[in-house]
Amino acid sequence: MKQLNLKHDFPILNQKINGKPLVYLDSAATTQKPQVVIDTMVEYYKSSNSNVHRGVHSLSERATDSFEAVRSSLHRYINAAHEHEIIFTKGTTDSVNLVAHGFRSLLNPGDEILVSELEHHSNLVPWQMLAQVSGAKLTFIPMLQSGELDISMLDSLINPKTKIVAFNHISNALGTVNPVKKIISAAHTVGACVFIDGAQAFPHTAINVQELDVDFYAGSAHKMYGPAGIGLLYGKSEWLEKLPPYQGGGEMIAEVKLKESTYAGLPHKFEAGTPNIEGVIGWGAALKWIEDIGIENIRMHEDNLLSYATGLLAEIPDVIFYGTAKERAAVISFGIKGSHPYDVGVLLDQMGIAVRTGHHCAQPIMTSLKIPGTVRISLAAYTSKEDIDMFIVALEKTISLLN
Amino acid sequence: METIIDREEDIIEEFSFFDDWMDKYTHLISLGKELEQMIPENKTSENQIKGCQSQVWLNAKLTENGILFEADSDAIITRGMIALLLRVVQGQKPEKIASYEFNFLEKIGLTTHLSPSRANGLVSMVKQIRLYGVAFQGKTK
Repeated sequence: MKQLNLKHDFPILNQKINGKPLVYLDSAATTQKPQVVIDTMVEYYKSSNSNVHRGVHSLSERATDSFEAVRSSLHRYINAAHEHEIIFTKGTTDSVNLVAHGFRSLLNPGDEILVSELEHHSNLVPWQMLAQVSGAKLTFIPMLQSGELDISMLDSLINPKTKIVAFNHISNALGTVNPVKKIISAAHTVGACVFIDGAQAFPHTAINVQELDVDFYAGSAHKMYGPAGIGLLYGKSEWLEKLPPYQGGGEMIAEVKLKESTYAGLPHKFEAGTPNIEGVIGWGAALKWIEDIGIENIRMHEDNLLSYATGLLAEIPDVIFYGTAKERAAVISFGIKGSHPYDVGVLLDQMGIAVRTGHHCAQPIMTSLKIPGTVRISLAAYTSKEDIDMFIVALEKTISLLN
Repeated sequence: METIIDREEDIIEEFSFFDDWMDKYTHLISLGKELEQMIPENKTSENQIKGCQSQVWLNAKLTENGILFEADSDAIITRGMIALLLRVVQGQKPEKIASYEFNFLEKIGLTTHLSPSRANGLVSMVKQIRLYGVAFQGKTK
């Protein structure tokens, strides 16, 4: 197995937890940050800190240039048609809320919002709120027991009343890679707007928004080796023009009078207030780090480890897999027969293994699978074969302790 | 009757025999398995403390012998922790429970189970135990 060897880029991974070497298998919650991201952010504060877009002085110009260079990199990376189609947000959740809030003035009672049953709460609750305010109806693409979406239902679910279709590219809870192109083209037959939560896709797969022909696509830097608190919303110009501003304040205006204002053009219309400048600049370093390795190499490395780990887990009699979709990325969700996921997580932590347990902010999925939650391991570019081996040894010990 | 301090000392001594974490957790798991099942009728939604990770149920009544608690969880380690917590407060007078801090957990190295990030329902359970103490104060039985 050809492996990437990137641990040395991540200072945090070189430590002991409860006396054992840290094995970090919770990258779907957040990835660790390479040294170059940490250094870039420290360097920004040491040499370039200044507010962006409104200073005539040199520092402000330097900060603005670095900041806008990242917008430009992201625009190129996801192949957006225009730089102004990249809106900086606090993260994926903020991006969903921006769009869902904007649609309040565009929906009518009786309109339909089609969401999948496979969603993180962040791509469900904002649509519930929109439905409540607008009188629109929520409908759902059902999830099969395999963790795949039942797209045979699309034709009967999508109709002229469907205005929005929202779903994730890759499921955080089960790792399912969804057939995004099929769903997008089905939605477009009735002119519905397609929103994709790409939070879990960014770290594992190349994204080409023009090829997908998606209307909105969201992601978070912290899930792709960058800092927390910064993310993006990609939107096609025509949709971004249609949506009203989300928040009012500085940066997002053209002209302000006491009783009314006119708004700035894209992207500033949606970027009220001083942005997370160091976050954006750190994200730029993370993106460069990914591109230097190559996202295809990262995916291949993770796919190899995924099948290696799946094979070893399958040999343990008490393991029950949740989510057996044909195409999955970097996530294995499982349970131990007769044991609660929480107990498994607590004991693994005693042995230095960081996993996630519970409903993974996707309670409807757990309800549908009739379980309280799962144990989830999630992989990243820095995960090694040794990590998987140590995890398996610890899991076997855990099972024997619980019996 | 044994005071809270007596019972704390018993538990601290009991845990002092364990050399490593595996022995300690094996003991905690067996305490969890031995904890008396809660009467199903008392596992109501009012008695439920929703944790993100594990669920806890807690019920209490005031008797002549102090407050009698019963509690349960869907996770075995959480049940083990419940067994320890209840062992100290079971049958104690309301005024002793109202401001009790469960400090013995630090001495046996299990305070992390009361960290809010665990979201296992135990932090709320400890608060709820104290609230029962407050609520039953001054009520004679």
